[in-house]
Amino acid sequence: MDFATLIQILDSTVRLATPLLFACLAGLFSERAGVFDIGLEGKMLAAAFLSGAVAAVTGNVWLGMFAGIGASLLMAAIHGLASITFRGNQLISGVAINFLAAGLTVLLGQNWFGLGGRTPALTSGGRFEPIILPFAEAMAPVPVLGPIYSELISGHSFPVYLAWAMVPATAWLLYRTRFGLRLRAVGENPAAVDTAGVSVTAIRYAAVAICGVLCGLAGAYLATGLAAGFGKDMTAGRGFIALAALIFAKWRPWYALGACLLFGFLEAVGNRFPNIDLGLIVLPAQFMQALPYILTVVILAGFVGKAIPPRAGGEPYVKER
Amino acid sequence: MTLKTSLAAATAMIALTTGMAAAEPALIFDLGGKFDKSFNEAAFNGAQRWAEETGGSYKELEMQSEAQREQALRRLAEAGANPVVMTGFAFGDVLGQVAPDFPDTKFAIIDMVVDLPNVKSVVFTEEQGSYLVGMMAAMASKTGTVGFIGGMDIPLIRKFACGYAQGVKAANPDATIVANMTGTTPAAWNDPVKGGELTRAQKSQGADVIYAAAGGTGIGVLQTAADEGILSIGVDSNQNHLHPGKVLTSMLKRVDNAVYSAFTEGTDLQPGINVMDLAAGGVGYALDDNNAELVTEEMKAAVDAASEQIASGALAVHDYMTDETCPALTF
Repeated sequence: MDFATLIQILDSTVRLATPLLFACLAGLFSERAGVFDIGLEGKMLAAAFLSGAVAAVTGNVWLGMFAGIGASLLMAAIHGLASITFRGNQLISGVAINFLAAGLTVLLGQNWFGLGGRTPALTSGGRFEPIILPFAEAMAPVPVLGPIYSELISGHSFPVYLAWAMVPATAWLLYRTRFGLRLRAVGENPAAVDTAGVSVTAIRYAAVAICGVLCGLAGAYLATGLAAGFGKDMTAGRGFIALAALIFAKWRPWYALGACLLFGFLEAVGNRFPNIDLGLIVLPAQFMQALPYILTVVILAGFVGKAIPPRAGGEPYVKER
Repeated sequence: MTLKTSLAAATAMIALTTGMAAAEPALIFDLGGKFDKSFNEAAFNGAQRWAEETGGSYKELEMQSEAQREQALRRLAEAGANPVVMTGFAFGDVLGQVAPDFPDTKFAIIDMVVDLPNVKSVVFTEEQGSYLVGMMAAMASKTGTVGFIGGMDIPLIRKFACGYAQGVKAANPDATIVANMTGTTPAAWNDPVKGGELTRAQKSQGADVIYAAAGGTGIGVLQTAADEGILSIGVDSNQNHLHPGKVLTSMLKRVDNAVYSAFTEGTDLQPGINVMDLAAGGVGYALDDNNAELVTEEMKAAVDAASEQIASGALAVHDYMTDETCPALTF
């Protein structure tokens, strides 16, 4: 493998990891506050659809992005209502969100555009354009550093840089602010937070709303950044890979970055080298596709460190009387 | 009016409506969805053409999950639809179980052979059509490297890839072929993001013409190829118009003709195996205003000569599905 190939694979890794990273951080906020969320996939799908639809109609990618966030927030509100206010089962609510999004997107898409659930192909203004960082052209001829800067770091679209910025922002918010402390406490011991006079419901709703915004960005990036429009079921299981990454990252922001990059890297390698010849055996592409899940099972089984979920996760908080 | 008479009237009404619906044909679309701009949409176009020409109406049903197949077939057969046409290899096993239960109903299946007395099996020689577009790809390529992106990794898609590779090698024996499959689950038919990423990966390996046989995933392939300034080849339906001047051609699989003729034959549908090959106009390549500038006279002459040879039997294109091997490409 030469240097140019490596750069190409890493470049692809960054693109593939971005939606995972948004969704993974989204899940992190929600689950750290004690609300399990397997509806990441559905929220991303809803956001991808509405961002694609609005961007196609208005020709403005930013309006599309905000519409996508709105769609995802709506789904998050349903999840919050079911699992926080009405204390329903969070897993069942998440599954319901996934089904709702899968059906609703195609139904509305067919009704609005008559293209079988797809949205019209986006033209230049309706898509996120690559951002060329300063000096990228000038740096390109410099050996090693040049290609790294001009091809790997520069030339991605806005959501990619935002996703990377979200990692330190999340770490700061969770570990350095009062809100973050309360959010984590609500996920570990909600009764203690309640005793201190802080509303568990409000904190959990805030966490679910942040989750909605981040899933919205993930979906908008899929439909208006990577692809040019929404297609039926276009998330293709990325929400579940993000959940696996969240467990793999043990519910920590910086680890989440590592996990998403690793999973993105595995996919990029699988795309570039369908069958990897190791001399004795040939690794098929399917093995690379399954590897994220295998790694997650390994982590869950406790072979490599231990993944301990937030203690109050999955349980609705009932105030004692 | 007593309850008894109104019931009788209602029964009569139902009998009347089912009687009227008896000759109505039905079409079932596979998981890719009716408007996939490709395989299923071609079937839909054929049905629409029949409806417009005859003024008739037909029932249609779109699969949403694997589990619905048997239920869908039984429901349509019980409702009196005749013939019932379905698109996709995945209906093969289910139809084998359902068809014997409805001996008076005619079924037609596209892309699969089901050997039963009331089933018409329509299969296409995709390897021949793919061979032609493979030749064009090799002649249009400046780098000598061309790509293939398949949807779900199934023998049928390998058949496309194998025919394509043979065509490429025929036009340029030194050409390199980069082949990828999107995945191994039905989700691989609907992942334009991965299609785009595979296109970029193939471009980085030097490919400058990429053939997508991947249903909805192909939309992402064609889009990214257009963005990256390389050529792509569409599949099943004519996809040249999706990115005018950037899609070299499309491998046409006349699923529309198959559906149209099945609907036209109606209840007199002839059971048996119907091979839609190049000679019968079942497969071919698309040439229209959108790609006229991309297809040179030389290309057209070479491809037309090859199609005559294939049609006359002078040139045999190897079919992957006969022995699961491909002389021109390893998977």
